Amino acid sequence: MTQSQINLSRATISAEGIVVAHGDKKTLDVPSIEVLPNEVLVIIGPNGSGKTTLVLCLALLMKPDKGSIAFRGEVVTDSRQTLQIRRRTAVVFQEALLLNSSVWNNVTMGLKFRGVKKEEAKARAQRWLERFGVNHLAQRQAKTLSGGEAKRVSLARAFALEPEVLFLDEPFEGLDSPTRQSLTSDFESVLRETKTSTVMVTHDRNEALILADRVAVLINGTLRQIGRPNEIFNYPIDEEVASFVEAGNIMHGSVIAQTEGLALVDIDGQQLEVVSGLPTGTKVTMFLHDDDITLSLQSRQNNPSSARNQLTGKVIKAIPLGSQIRVTVDCGIPLVSVITRRSWEEMGLSLGQTVTMSFKASALHLIPHH
Amino acid sequence: MGESWVYNVVMNFIGNGIAQAFSMLVHGDRQVLQIVLLSLAVSGMATLLSLFVGIPIGVVLGLNRFPGRRFFVTLVNTGMGAPPVVVGLVVTLFVWRNGPLGFLHILYTPAAMILAQFVIAMPLISGFTMAGIQQQDPKLRLQIQALGASRMQMVGMLLLEARLPLLAAIMAGFGAVISEVGASMMVGGNILGQTRVMTTAIVGEVSKGDFSIAIALSVLLMILFFAVNLLLTMVQQRSKRS
Repeated sequence: MTQSQINLSRATISAEGIVVAHGDKKTLDVPSIEVLPNEVLVIIGPNGSGKTTLVLCLALLMKPDKGSIAFRGEVVTDSRQTLQIRRRTAVVFQEALLLNSSVWNNVTMGLKFRGVKKEEAKARAQRWLERFGVNHLAQRQAKTLSGGEAKRVSLARAFALEPEVLFLDEPFEGLDSPTRQSLTSDFESVLRETKTSTVMVTHDRNEALILADRVAVLINGTLRQIGRPNEIFNYPIDEEVASFVEAGNIMHGSVIAQTEGLALVDIDGQQLEVVSGLPTGTKVTMFLHDDDITLSLQSRQNNPSSARNQLTGKVIKAIPLGSQIRVTVDCGIPLVSVITRRSWEEMGLSLGQTVTMSFKASALHLIPHH
Repeated sequence: MGESWVYNVVMNFIGNGIAQAFSMLVHGDRQVLQIVLLSLAVSGMATLLSLFVGIPIGVVLGLNRFPGRRFFVTLVNTGMGAPPVVVGLVVTLFVWRNGPLGFLHILYTPAAMILAQFVIAMPLISGFTMAGIQQQDPKLRLQIQALGASRMQMVGMLLLEARLPLLAAIMAGFGAVISEVGASMMVGGNILGQTRVMTTAIVGEVSKGDFSIAIALSVLLMILFFAVNLLLTMVQQRSKRS
């Protein structure tokens, strides 16, 4: 990083050869990662895998021991440049990290640092406090806010900066479930609207599914897999990724009929019944946990299972995971189930064998697309 | 019977002292007034100087990791509890005619007292500042930087955020120097009209057996001490809310 280089990538941020070490132990070793314009890149991984460290490096809040980071093709070399680029991005941490002052001062503070004109700053603060539904709290002391309110203020503070890249480190962690849901959905619609390039760390699979254009899996400081969410969740590259993402089944389809809270969803010609009130015509992403699928040898007709959905297909893949085996069955759509090694042997399963996959209508999780 | 005789004498004795003290206070005894004003000037100046030097030192020690940092932190912590008499001795040695600062000719002047009190208050200010900055969530620093603060802007925000411990630091620093006697006595010499401050005067008057001035000054010292702390506490509690 001694000389400024020109990076021809069209990426908003590109990092090369990032290494962070504590003594001899490398805590982060990422040869290359890019943040593309307008994309939402979600970084997932177990605790201590280096997710936060990676985000801090990309946000230029931490200098890696090795490697370089380029912002819009320009390699960052000195502290003056670092400050300038920091003034074009924004970061939201897990804790709201509001300063001991009024909500209004908190939201306008970054704008002051960045030299935004007073009227402009006022308009932006107003707009974003309103957008996150906390305009009425403007004069309140930040320390008196509830967790959800504080988080909304910290998001408003970040968006008011109109960042070219937004970084979020587990932003919805530690909030109760209803608060988290309403905040996630507000955040999602803002993100779709502003099309801000975003890097977000989470370990909530649903959040990754709803928000991500691409998902990066970080384990033990190394980037194991990066790709579209369904690639990661349906086709994990190795056992470690698979066991971390607890790979389930992700399907895309649309509701074709609706009767009293039971939706009929079409996925590539296969029809599934799902407990959901979504109206006909809604495009959906469906999530089915691999634990919720029962695999059996019986054919569809004489299967006594109470499960509403039964699909038959051939075993196309089997990956051993300790005492369990992840079995992929091609039922027109690929479905993954996990069974114990023992049942695999007892059923005498093998590749190419025909089996039935059964699951309840309530086991499917539907996420509508707006 | 014997006990009540002793009691009466003691009470009269103290009673007289207090009565005289109040008459001095009410009539604005010139000598007392002069002593009080010099005390305020010397200790106020010493506290002010130690803020200018102590806060930056506290910020540097609180924010950075560098070799030898532990040594400096230990030095500050030791300084926070340094006996004023020892400080007085060291300062005396420095400003003594043949000492390194002897050319200044400040021994037995208010300047020497300010210097000694500065040495007493400065570690307190540094220590409180350091603690105030270190007790903040380290992520707050990152958040302020992420908002786009330059290094100076960040330090400013952190100090603003540490305003409660900083006010405590001012109270502790001022309280320490206005109430110390050993150093002021040694480097000032308790010269009437020149270097006599409240504490040195109290010691001097008591050793002469003249309790009235001692009591008057003690009462004043306590009132002053109370007033300064009341003021700072009010500021502190207000900023806690705002």
